[in-house]
Amino acid sequence: MAQSTNDEAHWKKTTNLMWLHLGLWLFFGYVVHFFVKPLNTITIPILEFPLGFYMAAQGSLIAFVVMLFVFAKQQDAIDREFGVAEDDK
Amino acid sequence: MATQAAGGGDFIKNLGRIYGMYTGGFLVFVLFLALLEWAGVPNRYLGYLFVFFTLAVYAVIGIASRTAQVSEYYVAGRQVPALYNGMATGADWMSAASFVGMAGTLFLLGYDGLAWVLGWTGGYVLVSVLVGPYLRKFGAYTVPDFMAFRYGGNFARFLAVIVLVCCSFTYVTAQVYGTGIIASRFLGMDFTIAVYVGLAGILVCSMLGGMKAVTWTQIAQYIVLIVAYLTPIVILSTMQYGIPIPELTYGKAIADITAREGQMLQQGLATAANLKAHIEPFTSYTPLNFFGIILCMMVGTASLPHILMRYFTTPSVREARQSVAWSLFFIFLLYFSAPAYAAFSKLEVYTNIIGRDLSQIRPWMFSWGELGLIQICGKNAASLEAVMEACKAIAGHPGVVRLQDFVINTDVIVLSTPEIAGLPYVISGLVAAGGLAAALSTADGLLLAIANALSHDIYYKMLDPNAPAFRRLLVARILLLIVAVGAAYTASTKPSDILAMVGWAFSLAMAGNFPALVMGIWWKRTTTAGAIAGIIAGFGICIFYLVITRYFPGVGVKYFGMTSLLNPVTGAPIIQDLNAAMALPNAMESWPTLAHPLANKVGWFNLNNIACGLLGAPLGFLTIIVVSLMGKEPSKELQSLIDEIRKPRGRTILEEKT
Repeated sequence: MAQSTNDEAHWKKTTNLMWLHLGLWLFFGYVVHFFVKPLNTITIPILEFPLGFYMAAQGSLIAFVVMLFVFAKQQDAIDREFGVAEDDK
Repeated sequence: MATQAAGGGDFIKNLGRIYGMYTGGFLVFVLFLALLEWAGVPNRYLGYLFVFFTLAVYAVIGIASRTAQVSEYYVAGRQVPALYNGMATGADWMSAASFVGMAGTLFLLGYDGLAWVLGWTGGYVLVSVLVGPYLRKFGAYTVPDFMAFRYGGNFARFLAVIVLVCCSFTYVTAQVYGTGIIASRFLGMDFTIAVYVGLAGILVCSMLGGMKAVTWTQIAQYIVLIVAYLTPIVILSTMQYGIPIPELTYGKAIADITAREGQMLQQGLATAANLKAHIEPFTSYTPLNFFGIILCMMVGTASLPHILMRYFTTPSVREARQSVAWSLFFIFLLYFSAPAYAAFSKLEVYTNIIGRDLSQIRPWMFSWGELGLIQICGKNAASLEAVMEACKAIAGHPGVVRLQDFVINTDVIVLSTPEIAGLPYVISGLVAAGGLAAALSTADGLLLAIANALSHDIYYKMLDPNAPAFRRLLVARILLLIVAVGAAYTASTKPSDILAMVGWAFSLAMAGNFPALVMGIWWKRTTTAGAIAGIIAGFGICIFYLVITRYFPGVGVKYFGMTSLLNPVTGAPIIQDLNAAMALPNAMESWPTLAHPLANKVGWFNLNNIACGLLGAPLGFLTIIVVSLMGKEPSKELQSLIDEIRKPRGRTILEEKT
């Protein structure tokens, strides 16, 4: 069954991509904010934000937006690689 | 536009031009009102013009998008392009709580308020990676559709409908309430009447055209709300720092606030007990509750039916993924500006009100004081005389405003920024129109989610599977009306604390939906019995914790071993003498008001009830895994259908006859 091995390979790669993005999500959503107190002692030059505050107010948000656009591209590339992507219109 | 909207193709191709012209038209309208103001038209009429004109535009779009087709009514014909669906989702997502409340929360809580900013953005990663695109491939009309298919029929469907109605109704009540507040404040209407007027605006958009009408109005509403949110703060930033990007300049404001906080402590204008330093973490929430709220809001995002169903409307799975990215981008534009509002307002209050001699208080605040939204020395700050008199009444008052003398309602932060910056009234009107757009668009999406679940899942799928399209849509519309009136009635009784109510909705969605959705897609071994047990256990514990801590705290303490929550700074219990509180006359009675000393202040593990999903979701996952492993593997047919969901290519699993 060539079809099902192809599907399995596709799903394995999809799953790996899922774990990668969940890891990044965990880092930007939580891990970096565990260290808010030490990070707040660093001040971003010119902008004058304390780094810990900045990460929660803007840094992580920017990371999430970028991650989502990258994820859409990566997953589409995987789908195309295994021939399971939708036809382009 | 009516014929084009009905025709489909041309309309979709021209979306860019149509909404471009719409945006241009809106800006011209604002300039026109500015001219009227310059010519001396009173503010009150400008406010009316703003609200009624924008409502009329939404109504026209709603009526032009009326439809008699089932698939247009439920999923907008699945032809909404990724970018526009992202905009519609943004409006669907951002409610009165985001538009008016968020900046206020950040003003009051400082760093801890950022839990909401993080929690309400990061969840989209989960939507895109774990759930949304797979539901789109499945081809559902509603979230319960998927549950029924995956978990053996109508019992799972029924449970999913219960979860959906509980969380969406909690949420929509808060929205209708917000609509009422904005309408009453800017139009001077009675609050109850304002609620029903807002309701009429909501219904015009969604009654006739369902999802299709809601989609095209939500895009229009997004444009109004984002222009309204960014305009005052961009002008303020340009005036004070010379750079029109407030997100970059408010770092200076934060540095100034921190410096001023030290000064205030030294001069005795504030005490260590009442001053929460703006950048200091964990002064309002303990770390457990801070991260608990973030997790519940994020996971709740990926479980809320009114958000998930927006991704049923894209033409393809690929576009569903892109659409999630666009959604977060459009939401991000508002959320990363909210902390700037908070910082600029706080700096204004700390430098120009606190420490000022009473006679030099800035006049912008008196109009809010009149409404009881700003209080100084315990009395409404309606005029200079009122303030002086109130402070004289306090023994030993130094004659300057101290931090403890000053109380501000959080709604004022966004609404008053135009006045703080000394901008003309037309900008204030713009902000009101934006707030209204935010509340209306979210209420629309929620009402539609509830009415669709009742009409599609309960009526069509469970009661009368042979109903013709005409009758299905009629039932959908009647139910929409009933739910809407119910929500307006509940809202007109003024249930307090919007942010907590919204938080509950997220936690309920997280506990009830998330484990069953994710496991249904990602683990083929998940069985019907496992999922049903998981939903009941997870949702059950969450709603139990909510209801007990809020409405039966005495019972919780006496029979379920609950204890007082702790103060995040000192670590001491909030209720100092639990036995004394329990001995109060109404401790063991049900439904105490929010003012009751025990309500919302007891619990297990020092866990705030907003984060009750933290109990529900893990229990749900665990139950699903254990019960599934005890039963027989799902059938081969079902497993191969799950394989189909995982691949974007091919037909949707569920084919609806239309």
